[in-house]
Amino acid sequence: MTGARKRTMAQAINDALRDAMDADGTVVVFGEDVGPLGGVFRVTDGLTRDFGEQRCFDTPLAESGIVGLAVGMAINGLRPVVEMQFDAFAYPAFEQVVSHVAKFANRTRGRVRLPLVIRIPYAGGIGGVEHHCDSSEAYYAHTPGLTVVTPATNADAYGLLRAAIELPDPVVFLEPKKHYFHTEEVDSAVAVPPIGRAVVRRAGRDATLIAYGPSVAVALSAAEQAATEGRDLGVVDLRSIVPFDDETVCAEVRRTGRAVVVAEAPGFASVAAEVVARVTERCFHHLEAPVRRVTGFDVPYPPPKLEKHYLPGVDRVLDAVDELQWDAA
Amino acid sequence: METGTVRFIERDGGLAPGAGAPPPTAELLAGYRAMVLARRLNEQAGALVRQGRLAVYPSSRGQEACQVAAVSVLEARDWLFPTYRDAAAIAARGVDPVEVLTMLRGDRHCGYDPVAHRVAPQATPLATQLPHAVGVGHAARLKGEDTVVMALCGDGATSEGDFHEACNFAAVFAAPVVFLVQNNKYAISVPLARQSVAPSLAAKAVGYGMPGVRVDGNDLAALTVVLGEAVRRAREGGGPTLVEADTYRVEAHTNADDASRYRDDDEVAEWVRRDPLLRLRAHLLAEGALTDALEAECAAAAEELAARVRDGMNRERAADPDEMFAHVYATPTAQLVEQRAGLRAELELEGS
Repeated sequence: MTGARKRTMAQAINDALRDAMDADGTVVVFGEDVGPLGGVFRVTDGLTRDFGEQRCFDTPLAESGIVGLAVGMAINGLRPVVEMQFDAFAYPAFEQVVSHVAKFANRTRGRVRLPLVIRIPYAGGIGGVEHHCDSSEAYYAHTPGLTVVTPATNADAYGLLRAAIELPDPVVFLEPKKHYFHTEEVDSAVAVPPIGRAVVRRAGRDATLIAYGPSVAVALSAAEQAATEGRDLGVVDLRSIVPFDDETVCAEVRRTGRAVVVAEAPGFASVAAEVVARVTERCFHHLEAPVRRVTGFDVPYPPPKLEKHYLPGVDRVLDAVDELQWDAA
Repeated sequence: METGTVRFIERDGGLAPGAGAPPPTAELLAGYRAMVLARRLNEQAGALVRQGRLAVYPSSRGQEACQVAAVSVLEARDWLFPTYRDAAAIAARGVDPVEVLTMLRGDRHCGYDPVAHRVAPQATPLATQLPHAVGVGHAARLKGEDTVVMALCGDGATSEGDFHEACNFAAVFAAPVVFLVQNNKYAISVPLARQSVAPSLAAKAVGYGMPGVRVDGNDLAALTVVLGEAVRRAREGGGPTLVEADTYRVEAHTNADDASRYRDDDEVAEWVRRDPLLRLRAHLLAEGALTDALEAECAAAAEELAARVRDGMNRERAADPDEMFAHVYATPTAQLVEQRAGLRAELELEGS
C-alpha cells in the first residue's frame, strides 16, 4: 500500500499488521476476539479472512496463556503479535511479561531473542468502565529487557508498529485507545521511524512540553492556546518510552530552559517522574525553573463522569506553564 | 497397586500381572545405565553444595526413572522444557552437566545453549514454562514440522494458573505436547493433599479433553511405554497427553530445607524401598541381562561423570561484569552503554 490515505488509528494499525504479514510469513497475530470479529476495536479486521486461521487466530480467554504461547512460538522461529484486549486485562499476563518476555534474551545470553509484540489498548478518555482505562506504561518501562513504544499519531501507529514487529527484541506497544477512531493522513510509503527516538512535534522558544501517547494531542492544544496568549511552547513526543531519547528531549529543554511533562498516568513513581528526574539531572544548569509535571491524580482511574477532572487537560498544562518562574526572566 | 496406575515391573523386579510386555531388554539396560548416571549426578551435586561449590541443588533423587524416561523417548529434533529439579534429565539429554550446574554455581542464569540442545532454560517460577512448551509445539505445527515437546512440572505446579492455561491451550490447539507431572508428593513442605483433592492429577486431563495417564514413576519400563505412546500420538497429530508419574522426592526440597519439619522418616524409608534403580536392577538381574561386567561399566561411567563434574565445578570461572549489559537488548540502549562505562571505570579504579 502506498500513498497518503485518510486512516483512523485502528485502520493504520490494521494496515501495519497486514503489510508486516505480507512482508514476512513468520508474523502471526492472535489473542481474544481478534479472529472473525476483528477485535473489539476492529484493529485486526479481516486478517483471518485474508491471511487464514493459521496467521490470525482466536485463543482461549487467558492472557498469561496468550503471552506464554507467544514466548514459545518466538522461541520456535515465529514473530507473534498478540493483542491484550484492554490495559487492565493484560495484568494476568504480568508474570509472563516480566519474568520471561523481558528476560529470555538475557537469561540465554542472546541465544534466544524473542521478536514478539504485545499490543495493548491503553489510557482513558473514552468514558470506559472500570479496568478499561489504565495507563499501565510504568510497569513495563520499569522492567529491563522490554521496549515500550506508544504512538501519538496515526502515521506513527503505522510506522512504529512496523518497526516494533521488525525489532529482534520484545516490544510492549501501547495504543492510545481514544485515538482509535480519529482520522488522519497516513502515508505507509514513508520510512519506518526508528524506535528509541523522540520527535519534536512543534518547535518553541519559551518552554518545552514533553508528552507521549494520548497526551501529545493535549500538549499540542495547550501550545496552540499559549501561542494566542503570546507564549511560544514547543512539544516533544517521546514515541518510545524505552529506549528513552535523552538527546532529543534534553536538546529541546536546554534551548528553552523550561519544561513541563504531561502524562495521564498517576504521577507517583511514574514515567513522568522519570522524565523530570532525567531532565533535571542533565539540564540543571540550563533550567530557569523546576521541571513540572502534569499527570493523573494518584487515584484509581475514576468513573466516566469524573474522568474529565482526572485527565490532564489544556488548562492544567497551561497553569503549570504559568508557574515556571517567568517573573525572574 | 493403586487402581489405574500403569506398572510393568513390581518392586521385587517381577513383571506386573497383566501389564503386557515391557520394552526390549537392551532399552531397559540403557535406561538402567542412564539412571545410575543420574543418581551419581544427584549425589555429586549434593556433595558440591556441602563443599560450598554450589549455592543450592534441588535433588531429583528417587525420581531418576522419570528423569531418564522423559528424555529417552524424545528425538533430537524434539524439545524439553525442564524445571529447576530436572538437571539430571537435561544431562541425560546430552547437555554437559557442568553447563547445567552453572546456574546453581551463580555464574549465569543458564549455562547451556538452549537452541543447540533443544532444552529450554530451567524454569524456577512454577508452571510458567508450560505455555512456552505449548507455543513451541504450536509453532512447529504451523510450520509443518513434526516436533514434539516434553513439558515437565511437579505436583505443586498443577495448582498454578499457567498449568491450567497451558493444558487448555494445548488441548484446544491439539498441540504436540506431553505434560509430565512428576508427582513427588511435596511442594517444598506442602503435601499433595493441600494442592488437590482431585481423584488423581492425571484425572485433571478429563477437564481439558485430553488423555490422562497415571504411571508408576519409579518404574522405568512403565514410564518408557506410557511416555513413548504419548510422544507418538503427539507426533502423529493426536494432540497432547497429561502423564502423572507417581514418585517421591527422597531428599529435602533443597539443602536449605529441613524435611524433618513436615514428614516422618518412616514415610521416606518406605519410598526408599521403592527405589527405581533397585527395582530395575532386580528385574534385569532376574532376566540375566545385567552382568557383573555391565554393572562395573555403569559404575565406572558414573565415577567418570562425577569426576568431570567435580573438576568443572572446582575450576573457577571469572564472571564478566560486562555480561550484565550485553544481552538485555540486541543493541544496548544509550543508558546501558553509559552504565556499563561507569561500572568499567569504577572497576578500573579499584583495580589500579
